[in-house]
Amino acid sequence: MSAVLPPFPGIFDEMLDGSNMPRAAYQSYHDWLAHIAEQELRSKRQEAELLFQRGGITFSVYGENSETERLIPFDFVPRIIANSEWVVLEKGLRQRVSALNAFLKDIYHEQAIIQAGIIPAESVLRNEQYQVVMQGVSLFGDIYAHIAGIDLIRHSDGNYYVLEDNLRVPSGVSYMLENRKMMMRLFPELFSRHRIEPVEHYPNSLLKTLREATPVDDPMVVVLTPGRYNSAYFEHAFLAREMGVALVEGQDLFVKNEKLYMRSTTGQRQVDVIYRRMDDAFLDPLAFRQDSMLGVPGLLSVYRAGNVVLSNAVGTGVADDKSMYPHVPDMIRFYLNEEPILHNVKTWCLRNAEDFAYVYEHIAELVVKEVHGAGGYGMLVGPAASKKEIEVFKKIILQNPANYIAQPTLSLSTCPTLVEEGIAPRHIDLRPFVLSGKEIRIVPGGLTRVALKKGSLVVNSSQGGGTKDTWVLARNLVENKNLINKAENMLTEEVTIDQRDSSSC
Amino acid sequence: MLSRTASDLFWLSRYLERAENTARMLEISHSMAMMPSGRSAEQELAAPLRVTGTEAEFWSEHAQLNFAQLYQFLAWHSNHQASIFYCFQHARENAHAVRGRITAEMWETINSTWIELNRIRARPPELKAFCDWVKERSNLWRGTAYGTLARGDAFHFLRLGTFLERADNTARLLGVKQMDPGDEINSLRDYYHWTSLLQALGALETHQDVYGGYVDASTVAEMLILRAEAPRSLRACLNEINTALSQISGPQGRRAKGTARVLLAELEFCSIEELQQDSLKSFLDRFLQTIYTIGDEIRLGYFEAL
Repeated sequence: MSAVLPPFPGIFDEMLDGSNMPRAAYQSYHDWLAHIAEQELRSKRQEAELLFQRGGITFSVYGENSETERLIPFDFVPRIIANSEWVVLEKGLRQRVSALNAFLKDIYHEQAIIQAGIIPAESVLRNEQYQVVMQGVSLFGDIYAHIAGIDLIRHSDGNYYVLEDNLRVPSGVSYMLENRKMMMRLFPELFSRHRIEPVEHYPNSLLKTLREATPVDDPMVVVLTPGRYNSAYFEHAFLAREMGVALVEGQDLFVKNEKLYMRSTTGQRQVDVIYRRMDDAFLDPLAFRQDSMLGVPGLLSVYRAGNVVLSNAVGTGVADDKSMYPHVPDMIRFYLNEEPILHNVKTWCLRNAEDFAYVYEHIAELVVKEVHGAGGYGMLVGPAASKKEIEVFKKIILQNPANYIAQPTLSLSTCPTLVEEGIAPRHIDLRPFVLSGKEIRIVPGGLTRVALKKGSLVVNSSQGGGTKDTWVLARNLVENKNLINKAENMLTEEVTIDQRDSSSC
Repeated sequence: MLSRTASDLFWLSRYLERAENTARMLEISHSMAMMPSGRSAEQELAAPLRVTGTEAEFWSEHAQLNFAQLYQFLAWHSNHQASIFYCFQHARENAHAVRGRITAEMWETINSTWIELNRIRARPPELKAFCDWVKERSNLWRGTAYGTLARGDAFHFLRLGTFLERADNTARLLGVKQMDPGDEINSLRDYYHWTSLLQALGALETHQDVYGGYVDASTVAEMLILRAEAPRSLRACLNEINTALSQISGPQGRRAKGTARVLLAELEFCSIEELQQDSLKSFLDRFLQTIYTIGDEIRLGYFEAL
């Protein structure tokens, strides 16, 4: 009874194909949906909102009153990924994150990739995110980004592309887990109807990964939060709770004799691993921002002495910087001697005169982003911008071209979403979480974010985006090896729309 | 356990207990206000303000005192720490800070209480209905904590906060009315005062079990100070405080443990006549001072030790 509105022309829709028929992965869900009244979905949504509200599953918004807590809109129509597709994505994610970690180790030690002339020295060493204090510091297991969030999108050609890597403090995993819990509570019948890969073991995998980050036996692990007014505080508390470790603030920790301790009711307790949920700049007022009230004075010296592990490491930001992004395929070739499995989006770096000239002329077709921007701020979406906005932005990029990159306007795929007008297509992306310890662990799926405004491509929760549950279907008998091979071929074959990785920067 | 977390848990339960006690106090005033007035009605109404130490604050905002104003002030005012609204707000903030250390069910209980409180604030219900709601939410919270939280330090610090606050409140309520010998029950009004006090402190049934239907200043004092059976009596509270302190892991808090043990011993081995000889008022003043000292020693021993 719930009709699904047709996809936008020329855009890949996850549920419906070109002739409005459900794709294989969605067949069963589509049948189920046809027998559910839209009204029922809407009343379930009210129930869900009440439950989220009660649970305080909220985020705070920057720039608003610090007491403002908002729910992230949650959509019931899941994003379903066929197992054959996921197998390939997972392989690609492992490959990419391995290369990124190898790159980080390299640039803080031998700098072989620079010497080989693959990445220009200045774009690494002059990068604001490059932390000189990390040079020569060896990390246990050589892992820098223990937790990575890789943002993927699916283009109208049906291929997945990496939009950006998040190697500092990627967030959103708590919504992945809460969304699943909510779906299981509201629609248990869907979970008996489908075989869906579980995600609930993420906190367990995270704890394993953190414990493997140190040579210490039975290490003391803590989660370091900037505090309850931070926008992601819910997630910090959630993960600490799920892992059964202490949630600490900077004021709870202190340094003594090159070791880090926390203040406890039984006296001082040595801390071995910190899952820190704040940026480098705030970690230690003695080493970074002196005005930081959030960090721990002296933490960096303890860290450099190898007496505490920070997860992620200091200085990972240089590898997920937008100016470094175009080089990731080369990193994969250089460190792993493999061809990239996941594609990059074609990227122009405005620091190059040639690229700049092209972007300046074609700005109305492109998305221009600040190199260090995040959260959908400081960007221009050419096709959606007014003439005046474009003129203003042109002036801005002229002042500091090196601070910007540009990409083609990607047509993010859509997924049917329950909105005012019915179950209508809305653009989505996907953030899988990759954990690197003794082995690489990835829970199937990740967080799917959805832009709730019609036609909008901005999925960030700070800008009115919502989330969906993400299902990776368990492998079944029908999906045999042939299908996987086919998908693999499709994903790795030469891409025609010249969006294949290009490292012109 | 992290010191800050212990402190947040301790204060979380203190605020909740305080909210419940304010509701219980309002109930006494409510039933007394319905009695034909013997003494000055205003004096009777001012009692909760004296008990909570908010008299000056009230008179800085009001020219006169009537029941509606008292209710508004003690239930819904957002700026003084005896008001129910203020207590729930701070309890919820503390719970937010430690939501990683309490169970999801506990957090949901307190968070939905806060959401509901804000909803009904726009059109406050009648006092009795509101007080019942506050007690119910408080009972629900305690039940949820009891039923879902591991018996570890988090549990013990919560319990410590609850009973320290409760001991303080019971002692303050007892101090409202002179209860020394000679101050016999000489009017119906006094009878109702004692019974409503017993009722508000959940001790009316216990009192009947122990003393039959006979109520006077001495039985009430004995019941609420020295009897371990009444769950809000000073001795019951001290029992719980001592148990919690002995169960918290580690050698810290020695001073608090010592002070609490001595105070409990006094309650265990003292008779009501002995206390009355000295004047109950001076005993209660000393008791409140000692409770304050224990609170301070807990702070220094556990929360700010390093």
